[in-house]
Amino acid sequence: MYDVAIIGGGVVGGMLARMLSSYKLNICILEKENDVAMGASKANSAIVHAGFDAAPGTLKAKLNVKGSEMMEQTAKELGVKFKRNGSLVVGFNAADKKKIEELYARGIKNGVKELSILSMHALHEIEPNISPDAVCALYAPTGAIVCPYALTIAAIGNAMDNGADLRVHFEVTAIHETGASFAIISSNGDRINAKYVVNAAGINADAVAAMAGKTDIKIHPRRGEYVLLDKTCGGIISHTIFRTPSAMGKGILVTPTVDGNLLLGPTADNIEDKNDTATTADGLSTILAHCTETTKGIHARDTITSFCGLRAVGNTGDFIIQATTEHFINAAGIESPGLSASPAIAAYITEMLRDMGLELTKNENFNPIRKPAHRFREASVAEKNRMIMENRSFGRIICRCEGVSEGEIREAIRTNPPARDLDGVKRRTRAQMGRCQGGFCMPYIMEILSEELGVPYDSITKNGGNSKLMTGKTKEGCTI
Amino acid sequence: MAIREFTCIICPKGCALKAELDETGNVLGVIGNTCKRGAEYAEAECTNPMRTVTSTMRCSDGTVIPVKTIMPIPKADMHACMHIINKGVVTLPVHVGDIVIAGVFGSDIAVTENRA
Amino acid sequence: MTDLVIIGGGPAGMSAALAAYENGIRDILILERDERLGGILQQCIHNGFGLHRFGEELTGPEYAWRYEERVRELGIPLKLNTMVLDITEDKEITATNPTDGIFTIQTKSIILAMGCRERSRGALNIAGTRPAGVYSAGTAQKLVNMKGYMPGKKVVILGSGDIGLIMARRMSLEGAEVKAVCELMPYSGGLARNIEQCLHDFNIPLLLSHTVVQIHGKKRVEGVTIAKVDEKGKPIRETMQFIECDTLLLSVGLIPENELTKSAGVEMNPITNGADVTQNRETSIPGVFACGNVLHVHDLVDYVSEEAEIAGKNAALYIKGKLKNNVDIPITTDGKIRYTVPQRITEKKDTKVFFRVANVYEHAEIKVCSGNEVIFKTRKPKVAPGEMQCITLKAQQLENAKELNIDMEVL
Repeated sequence: MYDVAIIGGGVVGGMLARMLSSYKLNICILEKENDVAMGASKANSAIVHAGFDAAPGTLKAKLNVKGSEMMEQTAKELGVKFKRNGSLVVGFNAADKKKIEELYARGIKNGVKELSILSMHALHEIEPNISPDAVCALYAPTGAIVCPYALTIAAIGNAMDNGADLRVHFEVTAIHETGASFAIISSNGDRINAKYVVNAAGINADAVAAMAGKTDIKIHPRRGEYVLLDKTCGGIISHTIFRTPSAMGKGILVTPTVDGNLLLGPTADNIEDKNDTATTADGLSTILAHCTETTKGIHARDTITSFCGLRAVGNTGDFIIQATTEHFINAAGIESPGLSASPAIAAYITEMLRDMGLELTKNENFNPIRKPAHRFREASVAEKNRMIMENRSFGRIICRCEGVSEGEIREAIRTNPPARDLDGVKRRTRAQMGRCQGGFCMPYIMEILSEELGVPYDSITKNGGNSKLMTGKTKEGCTI
Repeated sequence: MAIREFTCIICPKGCALKAELDETGNVLGVIGNTCKRGAEYAEAECTNPMRTVTSTMRCSDGTVIPVKTIMPIPKADMHACMHIINKGVVTLPVHVGDIVIAGVFGSDIAVTENRA
Repeated sequence: MTDLVIIGGGPAGMSAALAAYENGIRDILILERDERLGGILQQCIHNGFGLHRFGEELTGPEYAWRYEERVRELGIPLKLNTMVLDITEDKEITATNPTDGIFTIQTKSIILAMGCRERSRGALNIAGTRPAGVYSAGTAQKLVNMKGYMPGKKVVILGSGDIGLIMARRMSLEGAEVKAVCELMPYSGGLARNIEQCLHDFNIPLLLSHTVVQIHGKKRVEGVTIAKVDEKGKPIRETMQFIECDTLLLSVGLIPENELTKSAGVEMNPITNGADVTQNRETSIPGVFACGNVLHVHDLVDYVSEEAEIAGKNAALYIKGKLKNNVDIPITTDGKIRYTVPQRITEKKDTKVFFRVANVYEHAEIKVCSGNEVIFKTRKPKVAPGEMQCITLKAQQLENAKELNIDMEVL
């Protein structure tokens, strides 16, 4: 019997699991995929918003500002890269200027610190590659960037190191209330029991909410496509560049990533299919067209990959964090600024659980610090030599684009939450994330996965399920 | 009577060749070639096309090793040749050029790599 | 202080090492990141290598072995499993391997021979899902030929570069069904021989002026949508068709791998994506040479070996203080010729100039001018972007040259 079961291994579930693991509780995270951070947590703008955007008084506004303040410390404890690079909302005309003034006023109301409005001159001074057509900007020095899947993986890893369980391939299909607890059933017939349940199922949060009883929650997928540019473009701009927002979201942005690439996107299309994470030719060309309008030096030829995420848009316009039945909390509609707010959402839900009667006794053994993964590329020469002397496999570079060693890949497969597939290794180590996109290192990483997991080479998957990379051996007629 | 068309591979020029064949497959004439070798190539392609087959074979340790037919074999026998190659097992060690299967459609199969 | 460090133990690196040795240099070190020598030739198990050099058709591993055997006989020092992490302008090399850890070498001369990599899906911006089953052709080649695994059973290939064509035959021989090869351009980038023997022999259609516009399948590729493209390369909506397949192989171009070259501060050429070099294959940093696919992508390994020998021989002269650079004649090109290697001549001696054209041209006249004076002229019945061209300029033709322009006219 678990004290708390968290449905969904995204950033909200992960942050909550970590926070709850600081108390004496049995916690379990249930994830339907082969790995954590497989939904919107792996495909979003990677921005920690300053908090000027949400309407004052909403949960979004409250938790964004608070979450953003907590994020730096959280990222530090988890060993995740975080950079307070500041954000700019850029205006091109009088209408934009008016909107920017509104945002400024709203930001002040929401408690965002250090906000200011920049003149044309000041804007071009701090960001020389901004379009010459830009006339003003809202400047939020507290805006920051973080790697969202690294954050989620680290939070869940830290929760696991502090005793939480993770069940992957656990797609919840039914929830039965049995007296003082819940029985949660998976698609392959597995069952766990928990006294409290938190639904952090992202895009599927409405379906999960409905399993626990009547609900009004509806989640609509809104597609967001992104284009990632080579590291050679990472320095074109240093701040996160938003356009003045519209009804469909914060518009298409240009931002450096903590790993030194340049990220462009997202588009915003309301769609029906919750599984449709395909990019579209129109979307990709729209992104490039928009970004070249705001920023100089962006070229399609520098693209190294493109991807798509689905925002879980709720039906209230705000985050929906509420209890439907006793001991069951929904954390639904966590669209932007969900990543920014995630540490505060975790704290908010923890308090709700306490109010519901969950006993929160400090876990004296709780260690908030996650041992940082080795990063060969970023280490000094002396550190590199120490790493290699301790473990020879750190001296063998597998991914040449990102400079990732064999040791780091093995570590990712042995560390909580363990990488089980090619994409899992990619998100944890950056191997295959460079400009050749795994063309060179993929066969080697498969070999390491096969060895570490003790499974045949041709059973290795890209991301679990039917995503096997090989269809079999050559020479099937041969008996050896 | 039939006409066969193909691209000459003798030199980078890549002439578009047309060969005229009689009922029994004899070449009556070739057009489109700009040299004598082109005509010879066309005739050979029509009457007796030959190909070198390169592939891999399974080794006794479970790995694969590259192999080839040391002579070209009839093009029509390529798949049958693969069938033989696919069933074979190379006993290690081997050295470049070692014959691992003898007498396959008028050729032998040799390894093209050293393996201890 | 080492005399010469060669980065890369593929065909370029090995040829360069042998040439330097034959020109009197003994203090050589080859650094190779793989566990053996040979580079990409190890996985190119097909034949057709060595016709120019050896007058016979060898497979990739056989061609590589001819050089490796000689490197081993001469005892030229080498380190395998060794990745070079950095090169400085002062020719200090930092590298790592599991036995030595991080180490630095100060050297008099460097030959860059790191080869190239394949262009990936991302660079093409193909829309759709991101399932398993999308591989570059070279990755598939490694999986099939070296690992012994099949990356798929029903295959569509995008791009008619030679590796893609070779893999069409290879996958067919191993029992896969290759449904089509799509080529964006109205002509193939591959050798005519490969189109005949890799596609026609196996009844694989080559769809010119076609591209893949979307990839389908959530976890594994379930199909691709292809379309014909107009003259500008834009897909024509009405021609879209779905092809069921479990694999998409990409053979859409090779890019010289020049991260180290750039970090050393070598001047680069925007067309070749390689260094700018002299006829000696010397880069803008004296004593740093480049050869093979890291300099510009070759279609025949025979030319790689030839070029590497030039680099090796001149590195030897540099080390001995005998390398002459007494003039500076830049070579420019017109629009029909995309680039030349070398890009400049620094000594008036017989010089081979390699170049690639921008399109398929028939009855082409190639003229080399120094100012208004035509110093060299030749005709070619047919030239294509896929086949590298070569002309030789004689020392006496260069006598009065200040700058050269290579120009092509279609007759």
